[in-house]
Amino acid sequence: MSNYFDMNRRRFLKHSATGAALVVGTYFMGGAPRILASVIEQSSPSAKRANLFVALRPDGVVEITCHRSEMGQHVRTAVAQIVADEMEAAWDKVVVIQAKGDPKYGDQNTDGSRSIRFNMQRLREMGASVRYMLEQAAAKRWGEDPASVTASLHQVKHSSGKTLNYSDLIEDALAITPPEAKNLSLKTRDQWRYINTGMAHVDLQDIVAGKALFAADLREPSAKVAIIARPPVLGGTVKSLDDSAARKVKGVLDIVQIPSPKGAVSFQPKGGVAVIADNTWAAMQGKKALKIEWNDGENAQYNSEEFKQALLKTVGSPQESVRIKGDAEAILAKASDKLVADYYMPHLAQTPMEPPCATAMYYKDRVDVWAATQNPQADMETVGAMVGMPKEQINVYVTLLGGAFGRKSKPDFSAEAAFLSMKTGKAIRVQWTREDDIQHGFYHAVSAQHIEATLSEKGDVDAYLHRTAFTPIASIFQENAKAPMSFELDLGFTDNPIHTPNLKLERGEAKAMARIGWMRSVSNNFHAFAVQSFIHEAAHKAKQDPKDYLLKVIGPDRIIDVTEQNAEYQNYWGDKSVYPLDTGRLRNVIQKVADMSSWGRKLPKGRGLGIAAHRSFLTYVATVVEVDVSDSGELDIIKSWVSIDAGTVVNTDTVINQTEGGSIYGITNAISGGITFDKGRVVQSNFHNYRVARMTDSPLDIEVAIIPSDEPPAGVGEPATPVYAPALCNAIFAACGKRIRQLPIGDQLKA
Amino acid sequence: MLKLTVNGKTHEFSGDPTTPVLWFLRDELNLTATKFGCGMAQCGACTVHIDGVAQRSCVLPVSAAANSKITTIEGLSSEGSHPVQQAWVEHKVPQCGFCQCGQIMQAASLLSQNPAPSDKEIIDAMSGNICRCGTYPRIHKAIKAASKKIAGVQYFTPAKQGGLS
Repeated sequence: MSNYFDMNRRRFLKHSATGAALVVGTYFMGGAPRILASVIEQSSPSAKRANLFVALRPDGVVEITCHRSEMGQHVRTAVAQIVADEMEAAWDKVVVIQAKGDPKYGDQNTDGSRSIRFNMQRLREMGASVRYMLEQAAAKRWGEDPASVTASLHQVKHSSGKTLNYSDLIEDALAITPPEAKNLSLKTRDQWRYINTGMAHVDLQDIVAGKALFAADLREPSAKVAIIARPPVLGGTVKSLDDSAARKVKGVLDIVQIPSPKGAVSFQPKGGVAVIADNTWAAMQGKKALKIEWNDGENAQYNSEEFKQALLKTVGSPQESVRIKGDAEAILAKASDKLVADYYMPHLAQTPMEPPCATAMYYKDRVDVWAATQNPQADMETVGAMVGMPKEQINVYVTLLGGAFGRKSKPDFSAEAAFLSMKTGKAIRVQWTREDDIQHGFYHAVSAQHIEATLSEKGDVDAYLHRTAFTPIASIFQENAKAPMSFELDLGFTDNPIHTPNLKLERGEAKAMARIGWMRSVSNNFHAFAVQSFIHEAAHKAKQDPKDYLLKVIGPDRIIDVTEQNAEYQNYWGDKSVYPLDTGRLRNVIQKVADMSSWGRKLPKGRGLGIAAHRSFLTYVATVVEVDVSDSGELDIIKSWVSIDAGTVVNTDTVINQTEGGSIYGITNAISGGITFDKGRVVQSNFHNYRVARMTDSPLDIEVAIIPSDEPPAGVGEPATPVYAPALCNAIFAACGKRIRQLPIGDQLKA
Repeated sequence: MLKLTVNGKTHEFSGDPTTPVLWFLRDELNLTATKFGCGMAQCGACTVHIDGVAQRSCVLPVSAAANSKITTIEGLSSEGSHPVQQAWVEHKVPQCGFCQCGQIMQAASLLSQNPAPSDKEIIDAMSGNICRCGTYPRIHKAIKAASKKIAGVQYFTPAKQGGLS
């Protein structure tokens, strides 16, 4: 079922090029109306050809191209489900081809939980076009009315009972022109056979048999291995290098310096010294033997404890306004009884299990790259800039990704491999170690939040003020940018659904002294932590049940348009008429999860239930966590319940798996000590001191309910994460009365 | 010259004897199912069997494995037919799949020594294997299913509500 590389594809087509293949694609026109065009041609061994999504081969096998990167979200399966369903393909005749980087596919940036949202419609149209062509071809062959034929599981059937196999119809179908998209008849929901089912992942068997190929498993036989010593402080450079001992390590072939980034760091390599060797171990030993003195530069002053105090100070005083309704400021200034809370969350690292890795081969007129990348088109640009070639000359083949979580959409590792190949004339595989991953990453922003509110006698929120400050992602794209880009605020801050007549949202500035990048759910993580913790604190102050109170402060079912309150808001690039902020759907997931968890039941001493709900990536999630906190402060997460409304879903099992996994990713947000800096250097180095959730930290059961919905598809990979830490901390409060405002939880339960 | 037995085949190795088994498998034998995740026995992605017992190959020098039988997942079964692998398929455990060879090798070793582990024994045996995708609940369920198959164990299933009935 699975094929990862165009290398394989080339072989495939050669073997099968005995007859014509029917190939269908779309020309992706960016924001312009879609134009569906059929591309009908002889099968060709050229793997360079892009924008081909479906090929029906003479042997009947259907090749479906997945242009999004596979990192555990099973998009390869989902894309195939959508196309195969509409074209009535038999599942055992489907092969998934992984696309290389090419702008002709349109956007390939696999993050933001949007692969299905951006592509479901056009993939359906593609599948339906193939079905149309085959039905018309059969009708024509038989001389029958097209209305009397139907395609079903790789056959076209006539009402009289006669059938033709798809593979027998290829030549005839080549003469049929499919209608424009708007005239295609797509299947109705009740006709779906693959979409909205929990089909197994196409790569499942390969994974459990150890045959799945990740970036480091791709073995270009001549490739040498590079391990790189990078400057420990961002912006640092090599002051002096003594590589004599490293060169003596058996197997070490060369030592090559990599230039420092110029201008905004973007995705450029950090620079440093590469050790190139025959094998990985020799390269590692060579790196250890390097004697390097570094010029640290100004970021050597970065100290996390000092920075935390500065961030908390920032949110303690007025900042630039983001959204205003009523006059919260005046009411809060006069209030004698306010609830005031500051929240803090440290830097985190994505730490996918597969450390970054890429192989590159430099030729005079092109570079071939094989990489675990979330965004091959970014590799094309970054590599092109690094070796001084137009991006069109950079071929990027996408392997399976061993997790990514945002890290692998920054292709510095591909640029390193390409640069080293250019310098040495050899194929080079750059292998990052775990230490490299933890100490030279693009970190989730460190953040502080300040919230204050006054409550009426009934507990309603009369006035509400929230200030956020964090090291912005903007800082990697623009030198010295201290203010967040609007999209960073959109994520769980600007779109606060709280029902109050007086609201003010403000954002502060923070100078990043490390590379900042997006991590699963991005700024939703700290915004939802603060907002959902604060609502729970307000419920306690108002002496009301936290679930009932959460529903109360969200208020009645309604559509909120925050742009009517002087706010900029991009709504995850979703049309607000199609994907409005709908409090009814948010309320619904809360009610559902309360039912699932039997909210309100009596619990023994030391047990507690916590709830949180949040909309992110246009999906609504509510989570209940049950914990046990012992007298000595040991935390045990007993179980979790999650309800998720992601609109139309393609693979129900994937949604459940992502929701379970996204929840456990959220456990790490709460328990990890985070990434901290001293003298500009990352203190942590590997999993012994950068804690991530293990089985012992996880509940053994996470019950997930998908809200059945005909709404358009929304995000699935990220939305379960931001709600988890606040639901967990709210459960801890219910269990033992300790309020966690600063993450990690650490020893706070033992105090 | 060291002699190393991997999946029943003996290989000679004349390189650095401190080379971890992981890199011998990956770089010399091209057996790439055993993964590099941390290099310091913290994550379990590199788990293989040394004389049938799970060990982290990233910190085990080849010199220490010379007289032992090394089994990788490529040698655990042909085509993924081991009961643990089958249970992984039935429970659709993997997300990205990178850590899963190590998880499966760890679980297979656990069940070969203790065919009917308790919930806690499973947690204890598996907590050295990190999965950043967060497939732990499915791993746990799959191990119980495999155990049922291997040992014929019937498990008591507690009530759904947070273990409190």
